[in-house]
Amino acid sequence: MTRLLQTFRLAVLLALIIGAISNGAAADRSIVVASTTSTQDSGFFDYILPIVKGRLGITVKVVAQGTGQALDTARRGDADVVFVHAKTAELQFIAEGESLKRYPVMYNDFVLIGSRADPAGVKGSKDIREALASIKNQRALFISRGDRSGTHMAELALWRDSGVDIEQAKGTWYESIGQGMGAALNVASASEAYVLSDRATWVHFKSKGDLEILVEGDKRLFNQYGIMLVNPQKHPTVKTALAQEFIDYLISPVGQQDIAHYMVDGQQLFYPDANDPNA
Amino acid sequence: MPENTSAFHLLLSGDPALFSIVGLSLAVSLSAAVFASVIGMPLGALVALTRFRGREFVIVVMNALMGLPPVIVGLAVYLSLSRSGPLGSWGLLFTPPAMVIAQTILVTPIIAALTRQTIEDLWLEYRDEFSAMHIGAFKRISTLLWDGRFSLVTALLAGFGRAAAEVGSIIIVGGNIEGFTRTMTTAIALETSKGNLSLAIGLGFILIGIVVLVSALAWGMRRAGERFAG
Amino acid sequence: MELLEVDVDMGGQKLLRQVSLVIEPGAPTVFIGPNGSGKTTLLRVAMGLIAASSGRVLWGGQSQSPPRRRAIVFQRPVMLRRSVFGNLHYALASAGVPRSVRRRRADELLSLVDLDGVGDRPARRLSGGEQQRLALARALAREPRVLFLDEPTASLDPAATKAIEELVRLVSANGVKVVMATHDLGEARRLAGDIVLLHRGAIIEKGAAETFFNSPATEGAQRFLAGELLL
Repeated sequence: MTRLLQTFRLAVLLALIIGAISNGAAADRSIVVASTTSTQDSGFFDYILPIVKGRLGITVKVVAQGTGQALDTARRGDADVVFVHAKTAELQFIAEGESLKRYPVMYNDFVLIGSRADPAGVKGSKDIREALASIKNQRALFISRGDRSGTHMAELALWRDSGVDIEQAKGTWYESIGQGMGAALNVASASEAYVLSDRATWVHFKSKGDLEILVEGDKRLFNQYGIMLVNPQKHPTVKTALAQEFIDYLISPVGQQDIAHYMVDGQQLFYPDANDPNA
Repeated sequence: MPENTSAFHLLLSGDPALFSIVGLSLAVSLSAAVFASVIGMPLGALVALTRFRGREFVIVVMNALMGLPPVIVGLAVYLSLSRSGPLGSWGLLFTPPAMVIAQTILVTPIIAALTRQTIEDLWLEYRDEFSAMHIGAFKRISTLLWDGRFSLVTALLAGFGRAAAEVGSIIIVGGNIEGFTRTMTTAIALETSKGNLSLAIGLGFILIGIVVLVSALAWGMRRAGERFAG
Repeated sequence: MELLEVDVDMGGQKLLRQVSLVIEPGAPTVFIGPNGSGKTTLLRVAMGLIAASSGRVLWGGQSQSPPRRRAIVFQRPVMLRRSVFGNLHYALASAGVPRSVRRRRADELLSLVDLDGVGDRPARRLSGGEQQRLALARALAREPRVLFLDEPTASLDPAATKAIEELVRLVSANGVKVVMATHDLGEARRLAGDIVLLHRGAIIEKGAAETFFNSPATEGAQRFLAGELLL
């Protein structure tokens, strides 16, 4: 029996050693950032993290989930920084005392995507509310992320603005898939449906098929990103100094310029607005 | 990793990100298979060779656990390793060791059940001779393990195959962090959701290639066993 | 050794009834009887592989522990998944033979059972007769004072049978007490010093072989020797 225990302890020791070795290089200057799948799918992190590593020498590990999940991860103390795009949920987070301050960073916009066939006839509309009402009236196929993400919450807010009680109105035309932006676009592409997407992920998306942007530019479609340091008083293991360095960089003129320089297919995806008091 | 390139191009050009993903997959699954063997083989041998109350029940449970859903294991390990969980102070969430732990839990029942079967069959065969030669308990166990080594290695390879193919648990406990906890399966899940289907498919082929290789090894092992030990 | 009023029950059946028997050193003692008569069970009880349900098994006059140097060869021996040498080394090691001497002893034993030259072959690849000889060699590796054999030639052809019987004679001549079960009357005639005839778990007759074969005392023995089926 003791042999068994000895072997078990050896195994755990080995596991920790592997962990130490693989983490070793990074363990010193690394932080965990909980962010969203749409941000990751847009390629933003692939672009900015090497720059951060170069400028600050900090290794940023991004765990990409839905907004709700990201905030929960931070509530459990498993992340140092939260970087999402759902202002209401972020302010709630602060009200709970999970963070002390929210910093606006940048915005991108949402676009309404649909098939060229456009059964609800929304193409070119400058008013997203009319477009959504039209989709509902036509009972045209619409894909919702349904995953408590920033995009999902923005979508729900827009239905409200359009005067549609989506809980009542939803039927077989409204498919809630409970997954990330990329997955939602895949489903929309496959079933020629409408879907609300952030522009960044859309530009980045490879299997567009028959889909195109039908509605854009309405101010209501703007998607604001905020970043928060997880409260170290609530979670003592948070790497406060490094995390604050990261945040300070993103809102600094240099960081803001780096953000603005992110291009895909010649299009700028994110618009820095750390200095906007209303953001 | 650059988008819109097939995985084969990346393989041929020696893209470091691809190699790191494949390397991590192998390291995690192999470690898990080894740890699962260290735990599962003695356990399986013990159940095979001892008589105790509830033995049948234990065997049924062991076999049932082979079908443990990976996502459930992932969730359980995630909650345990979270900073607000009981093992939070280990700081292992979103790291490779967390993935090894989750996969070890997944694979141990498989190895234990297969070991039990092998050892029990061998034991029934060897029992009389053991008595005839007055072999002590410890020597019996080591003889069974040694003589059954080909089947046991096959069990280990089966465990490795299961670990290498799963995504449900490691994506939860590892967080699919680029450069740190991204394996072939989690990368395939990610690239698929990004619409990078050609890359996902390419990675899939590489993964299948590895699984086929492992199967071939297992088959070769069985043949070697037959040829060598008869 | 002595068995006193030994009963063996297993699975609700009485395999041996009130068997009392004395086995003395010297020429081979052979148990005979039809299949199911309890020969194998008796052998195993004598060897110590199974416990008597009632009665006693005594060695050397008292309840001494049975000698370590006893060995048994089964009807269908199981070869370990190793080479011929591997099997012998295993048997020698378990008999406490020091490593330095093992190779030499293995060679000697192989010679004795006429298996020189196949040392490196996987043991499970040997023929039936060869495996039986190897099993005998394994048993002899323990340098037993008593050698139990359970129907060693039952599944062998005549040539292989002859080889085994010759080995048994050789071993017995070298001072090892052989206790053997067989259902082959001819073999019993060829090898036995003492005979024990069993039927349905009980001893029908026992005694010196010559007496048994020439003038059997009991009716059961007479009918058995006459070739009748005992039911």
